[in-house]
Amino acid sequence: MRLSFSSKVIVFIAVIGLSLVAGARAQSSNPAPLSATTVPQTDQMQPAELAKLLKPGFGDRPVLFQVGSFVMFQQAHIPNSAFTGPGSQANGMILLKKFAAPLSKKQLIVIYCGCCPWNKCPNIGPAYKQLHDLGFTNVKALYIASNFGDDWVSKGYPVEKGE
Amino acid sequence: MTSCAFLLCAAGLWAQVPPTPTSLVQKPAPAFVRNDLAGKKIILENYRGKVVLLDFWATWCAGCQVELPKFAAWQKKYGAQGFSVVAVSMDDTDAPVRKAARRLQLNFPVVMGDARLGALYGGLLGLPVTYLIGRHGKILAEFKGDTDLDAMEHAIQAALRQ
Repeated sequence: MRLSFSSKVIVFIAVIGLSLVAGARAQSSNPAPLSATTVPQTDQMQPAELAKLLKPGFGDRPVLFQVGSFVMFQQAHIPNSAFTGPGSQANGMILLKKFAAPLSKKQLIVIYCGCCPWNKCPNIGPAYKQLHDLGFTNVKALYIASNFGDDWVSKGYPVEKGE
Repeated sequence: MTSCAFLLCAAGLWAQVPPTPTSLVQKPAPAFVRNDLAGKKIILENYRGKVVLLDFWATWCAGCQVELPKFAAWQKKYGAQGFSVVAVSMDDTDAPVRKAARRLQLNFPVVMGDARLGALYGGLLGLPVTYLIGRHGKILAEFKGDTDLDAMEHAIQAALRQ
């Protein structure tokens, strides 16, 4: 079957159009990570409040997940916290799901990062959403205004090094 | 506060700025040897005689992405005057770093950092952190977090005049 010139033009335009749509979809499958500012204020925890919870004899300790970079975790992290991978990356989300799986949905979980100022942290928002979507009802995000060094370590709160 | 410290420094009043106990300012830049992304050995001590902007960054750090193109422009602008940028990525793996270096067309060496290098520089627990190192190898200024890039450029110019 032979196509007329106008039919060929229509087919060409359709192919280009479909390519553009496919390209746009591919781009939107890798959107910017959710900002930490998406965490409701009621689910944010101040460093002083967490430090109090970590004191011996205070009661049940929360489960602590560091959802940032491993290099930072090795340099300093909150004692007894687990590195669950960057919340902004797919492998981090898989690891977080794995760490959270055995926990009760009512367990108090505190996630923290501190790689960057709160409004620029790419890890807290996705990790919070993931835990929320998994049905955890008591998830708090440690509010680190500037970075983990200034807002936790320099304040003299407990810190561990290594893995 | 860092910007204020810098402004005083640029005005030649550095001695009047009390560095914090943990600050590396006015101390020799801790030495390190690392391979860059192209496999070339980068020895920080070999930069003695040059003004070095040592930038600790990561691909996940939004603030860093704003600074890096500026640093590439400065490398081009001041390179002939003895200015070099050395970037240390604190990413966990090098794959995203290679991609970012290509995308941002970085024209200076990028090496991979780790916890040991972070500890050498007093613990890098938040990015970006950038050190301005003078020709004699001492750290002249430290810039943490969101920085006034105009102020940083003035500090570089002052260091190049020394």
